[in-house]
Amino acid sequence: MHASTSQPPQPRNVDTLDRAAAPASRLRFTDAQIEMAHGAGGKASRRLVESLIAPAFANPVLAQLSDAAVFSLGGTRVATTADGYVVKPLRFPGGSIGELAVNGTVNDLAVSGARAHALMATLIVEAGLPSDVLRAEIETMANAAARAGVPIVGGDTKVVEHGMADGLYVTTFGIGIVDQRASLGPDRIVSGDRVLLTGPIGDHGITILLARGDLDFETDLHSDTRPLWPFVDALLEACGSGLRWMRDPTRGGVATALNELVRGSHHAIAISEERVPLRDEVRGACELLGLDPLHIANEGQMLALVADNVADAALAALRALPGGEQAACIGEVRDAPAGMVIATTAYGGTRVVDMLVGDPLPRIC
Amino acid sequence: MKYVDEYRDPQLIRNVVREIERQIDPDRHYRIMEVCGGHTHAIYRHGLKDLLPDNIELIHGPGCPVCVLPMGRVDDGLSIVEHPGTILTAFGDMMRVPGTRGTPLEFKARGSDVRMVYSPLDALRIAQNEPDRHVCFFAIGFETTAPSTALTLLRAKELGITNFSVFCNHVTIVPAMRAILDSPDMRLDAFIGPGHVSTVTGCRPYEFVSRDYGKPIVISGFEPLDMLESIARILVQLREGRAEVENQYRRIVPWDGNIPALRAMAQTFELRPYFEWRGLGFISQSALKLSDAFAAWDAERIFDVPGVRVTDPKAAQCGEILKGVLKPPQCKLFGKECNPEHPIGALMVSSEGACAAYYRYARIDEPAAATA
Repeated sequence: MHASTSQPPQPRNVDTLDRAAAPASRLRFTDAQIEMAHGAGGKASRRLVESLIAPAFANPVLAQLSDAAVFSLGGTRVATTADGYVVKPLRFPGGSIGELAVNGTVNDLAVSGARAHALMATLIVEAGLPSDVLRAEIETMANAAARAGVPIVGGDTKVVEHGMADGLYVTTFGIGIVDQRASLGPDRIVSGDRVLLTGPIGDHGITILLARGDLDFETDLHSDTRPLWPFVDALLEACGSGLRWMRDPTRGGVATALNELVRGSHHAIAISEERVPLRDEVRGACELLGLDPLHIANEGQMLALVADNVADAALAALRALPGGEQAACIGEVRDAPAGMVIATTAYGGTRVVDMLVGDPLPRIC
Repeated sequence: MKYVDEYRDPQLIRNVVREIERQIDPDRHYRIMEVCGGHTHAIYRHGLKDLLPDNIELIHGPGCPVCVLPMGRVDDGLSIVEHPGTILTAFGDMMRVPGTRGTPLEFKARGSDVRMVYSPLDALRIAQNEPDRHVCFFAIGFETTAPSTALTLLRAKELGITNFSVFCNHVTIVPAMRAILDSPDMRLDAFIGPGHVSTVTGCRPYEFVSRDYGKPIVISGFEPLDMLESIARILVQLREGRAEVENQYRRIVPWDGNIPALRAMAQTFELRPYFEWRGLGFISQSALKLSDAFAAWDAERIFDVPGVRVTDPKAAQCGEILKGVLKPPQCKLFGKECNPEHPIGALMVSSEGACAAYYRYARIDEPAAATA
């Protein structure tokens, strides 16, 4: 459930979780039917989670609506996360569904400050899928897990009738232990904090769009899927408690992640458009298709908010890592206009950066 | 990126902003309409209003094809996909446009075979690949997109593909501009002319604006530098008391238009005697339909579409906004009942609609500049 609130993710003891302790949402889900937009990571997704799903299961840990659920278990702060992958096509330049499933789960734990300790994976296979395709995906998952340094310790396998699934769906569950150095939460943000980004955005979303073959143009773009723990580790080391909040901006992109952070809070985020790293191929595709790169999904980039006085050290730490060379400070936390994300253009104009509305792209992760 | 970066160069932009400041009369209020929805989008997307003096008021015109499509036509188009064995194809912009029984996306979610295409030729390809189905293309757009529909129809005829049709909603910009100029509450000083449409039509069709109404019009590109330069040229004309058609977008727009594209349109389309525009009402000879020679590919004749008329929601003040009488936030529904997720008025539907562009990019009470 990729949504956050302005409440801090203070660890709760799992033994004391109590439905009554969590305020039920006052929102009612009034959409008559489920559409693709409800799974696209933008406003409709958020409405589905906040007003239909979260109230039904209400408890204080779920109420955080973070990338991972963080709670105390026997005195240890643990983080758990689950995710489903339905990407089409199954393989694309730079990655595949299995690689996304492993990296995505590891990264949801990482941005919660937790290093992954174990994964479980469920494979939902459509009858008729060539065994070679399944074999290749399992090998890919094994390799990705080895790269991330986490064992896949269990799971399930189901086969559904031909026509009932797009070849292969993967769902994953991950568990990790929250790093001792981590003290994260939207409540820790103060005016003046800096917004860091680990590298160029939009590679994954545009790669998938082009891999579907609906558009007749070619690039050598590839998905940015990768495990993010090395970046998190470097930030924890460089910033300590100056590291306030992290998020991997997947569906809905950077715009949606930042909007979720400040929505309903008394803070604003101001980013500078020209500082956002972006490859020419992604920029060109977005110009042609009328898409905002800030809305395009990423699988191997991370947003981090850090205290002003540690921002330079944080940026240096990110840039020192392989793949972090283009890390940038893209903006800062302000007091106004509260609850909004705004961008300044290279020539001094200002605009609102809204959450993703609807579903501009086919399902991509 | 070539053809983009040179039109976003901050130094060049600062220079043209200074030129605007030099040309402007501080005691005068300027009302300039950008005809094209792409311009509206660009103004907000790039924050151009922040760069202009306060006495320049930019007013958003009728040039968004999705915005001006009446709800009844959406219902008519969606009725086609209810015929068994039919596939309805449309551009992405159309997929979220509501009819009275839902949007194309909602029809798709309920099981109708509605597919997004990037070109009408893609729709024709689907017809070739699925000969047992009928593929209808829901055609919208001004002269910008009409030639690609025309070429697709010519191709379908040449190949003898009979399981393909076009539900034609192409409109033409000039009659809409004339309707605005004739409107009793008209109070515009000049026009930023549509760039994409003019790549096909050329500049000659706008001569009536300066000749008959005495208003300057500058055909403009869509990059920040294009738009600011067009505004500067308008100010020069107004200062010198001239009213002429100027072509700022010469790198793309030929003065006489795209002759092969116009020829393809002439072969396939004819003018409708009248057509309803959302917010503007019926405008004579303002839209295209398939000519008799293409009757076999005309969805309106094949499916006998019902011809639904739907009154626009009374509270939505799209017409006043289209004519520049009101600004988007002055509409009673703006940002409340009417928002991009649940558009009530047409101007909130497409990202090029004035209200959607304003909602997405300009809802800032206290503009702040990032210094990060």
